[in-house]
Amino acid sequence: MEAPVPVPPLPHSTRTDGYDGSEMAASTAEESVIETRALTKRYGGDQLAVDGLDLTVPAASVFGFLGPNGSGKTTTIRMLMGLIEPTSGAASVLGRPMPRATRTVLPHVGALIEGPALYGLLSGRDNLIRYDSADPAADPRTRRTRVATALDRVGLTAAAGKKAKAYSLGMKQRLGLAAALLQPRRLLVLDEPTNGLDPQGMREIRSLVRELASDGTTVFLSSHLLDEIEQVCTHAAVMARGRLITQGPVAELAAGARGRLVVTTPDPGDAARVLKERGIADLTVTDDQVTGEPPGPGTDLAELNAALVTAGVRVRGFGLERASLEDAFVALTGEGFDVAG
Amino acid sequence: MSQAEATAAGTTATAASDASPVRKRIWTLGLFRSELVTTFRRWRTIALLAVLAGVPILVGIAVKIETSGGSPAAGGGGGGPAFIAQITNNGLFLVFTSLAATLPFFLPMAVGVIAGDAIAGEANAGTLRYLLVAPAGRTRLLLTKYATTMTFCLVATLVVAVTALATGALLFPLGDLVTISGTRIGFGEGLVRALLIALVVAASLVGIAALGLFVSTLTNSGIAAMATTVGLLITVQILDQIPQLHAIQPYLFSHHWLSFADLMREPVYWDDLLKNLGLQGLYAAVFGSAAWARFTAKDITA
Ligand SMILES: Nc1ncnc2c1ncn2[C@@H]1O[C@H](COP(=O)(O)OP(=O)(O)OP(=O)(O)O)[C@@H](O)[C@H]1O
Ligand SMILES: [Mg+2]
Repeated sequence: MEAPVPVPPLPHSTRTDGYDGSEMAASTAEESVIETRALTKRYGGDQLAVDGLDLTVPAASVFGFLGPNGSGKTTTIRMLMGLIEPTSGAASVLGRPMPRATRTVLPHVGALIEGPALYGLLSGRDNLIRYDSADPAADPRTRRTRVATALDRVGLTAAAGKKAKAYSLGMKQRLGLAAALLQPRRLLVLDEPTNGLDPQGMREIRSLVRELASDGTTVFLSSHLLDEIEQVCTHAAVMARGRLITQGPVAELAAGARGRLVVTTPDPGDAARVLKERGIADLTVTDDQVTGEPPGPGTDLAELNAALVTAGVRVRGFGLERASLEDAFVALTGEGFDVAG
Repeated sequence: MSQAEATAAGTTATAASDASPVRKRIWTLGLFRSELVTTFRRWRTIALLAVLAGVPILVGIAVKIETSGGSPAAGGGGGGPAFIAQITNNGLFLVFTSLAATLPFFLPMAVGVIAGDAIAGEANAGTLRYLLVAPAGRTRLLLTKYATTMTFCLVATLVVAVTALATGALLFPLGDLVTISGTRIGFGEGLVRALLIALVVAASLVGIAALGLFVSTLTNSGIAAMATTVGLLITVQILDQIPQLHAIQPYLFSHHWLSFADLMREPVYWDDLLKNLGLQGLYAAVFGSAAWARFTAKDITA
């Protein structure tokens, strides 16, 4: 397993057109890039899609946004991007209120929202040219260069001339990413970016995210792939039924869910007896493994191991298995498979 | 960003003055150009223009076949679109006939399709959210869409006029022509009148374009918006025919459409022409504002 990305120094991006957004850098250097207060969205009088969300995304973090289907992730992202108006509460992005400041904030934000959307009749390159010309802050004289660089970055240069309707799912996803990367961004919002990508594609996205993060770009990433979050994110938040359940550094979240004591042995019966005598609870015995809750702080693991050996148990493996983010996630959102109505 | 916004946000003057007005305008045109390319590359747009180009050709051929056997249709008798009887004497009249034939339905239907699809089509495809986070700006995007729809009005009218002129020149003699008032004008002057008429016809479509754009902001389905706009067009055309409704008829966008023929009088009779242009301006203002109010406050959930 790869180590999480170290938090790089101050975010800084350079734009060639003098649109550097330095007016915002000063105010957010030490603060959060995304901040919401009691953010709430109700669709047409129905149940709340997002309910009193207080989210804080620190600058230069890679922030994983987790939650089961229908938990309000995309709705939150749409509010952050100024696409929908919150029913109540407030959101600020790069230190500016949204959706009021879309014109000043969004040129510094690249976004992939609920999958890519393309003009099927235009080539991949022309799609990017169109999205680039939609940005009034983008210099038309450097448009072609920008587009070529973005295409290269997502590995689509060879397919750039092909009509977008002939693209595969993964190619569309890459093109959507390229659109988000047309400019150097201070914030990248990616809603399930690896959807439909092949393993190489996923790896590339992960390394792209790391690379961007090390340049100081804050990345806000929603995903169902907990592995992915665990591998690239420094921070994470978990949503369920429109509410924020927890947020914080990934390491702390995973630590919150307790690990297991695992003993691998050909004598599981004896091992279980010894462990029980020593007060280990919640024992599960399989063919060649005994697992249980980790001992309290009073017990030394080495002594426990010695006790097993003294009792004649042949120990092949002994140790604590760290809880994965998945365990933490399931512990927080429940095991149920059904989508909340 | 606008100067005012920049100042309000507390930026330094250097940041705001960096984007000079000229450069800003060019960048805005970038989206308009991209919009034009996207619209006119659509298969649907090309098909609509092809249908419009087919009308003058069909009318020209029909008139040719009809009159090639016996003598030219005796002066002015019978129905059919305006000016049709004069085509055999002068091919230029095919331009007027074709515009008169397409203005009641084919032209506004084509405009309704393009205008209805403008916002709803993008919402349907999901591209609207990416244009808005680019950020295109809602007002700027709406203005671009409206400008593109107006361009389509002009192009569509010119397609009819130019095809008619080419067909007319090919099948019939060209020369001096007689106005509705009975005076004779030269072919050059006739061409100028034809161009003027084409421009007035294009301007007559401004109202339905604004209406279509407004409908387009109401839904996320391009098909629904197109169908609604064309449905409204047909309804208005029917209402315009019901005598009992003559009180409201002057406010129907199609009521003064055929006034373009007054440009063929000597001197030109401006009354209805100006009423038509004023009405189109009113529709553009009312439905343009409605579209703006709706679109700038809309939740983009597609
Ligand atoms: N346009 C809409 N109209 C009405 N309800 C909506 C709309 N969009 C989303 N919802 C509701 O809001 C809730 C949250 O949806 P949202 O799309 O934010 O979930 P999500 O966390 O992104 O889910 P997923 O992981 O499946 O993408 C759901 O209950 C959904 O039914
Ligand atoms: Mg979603």
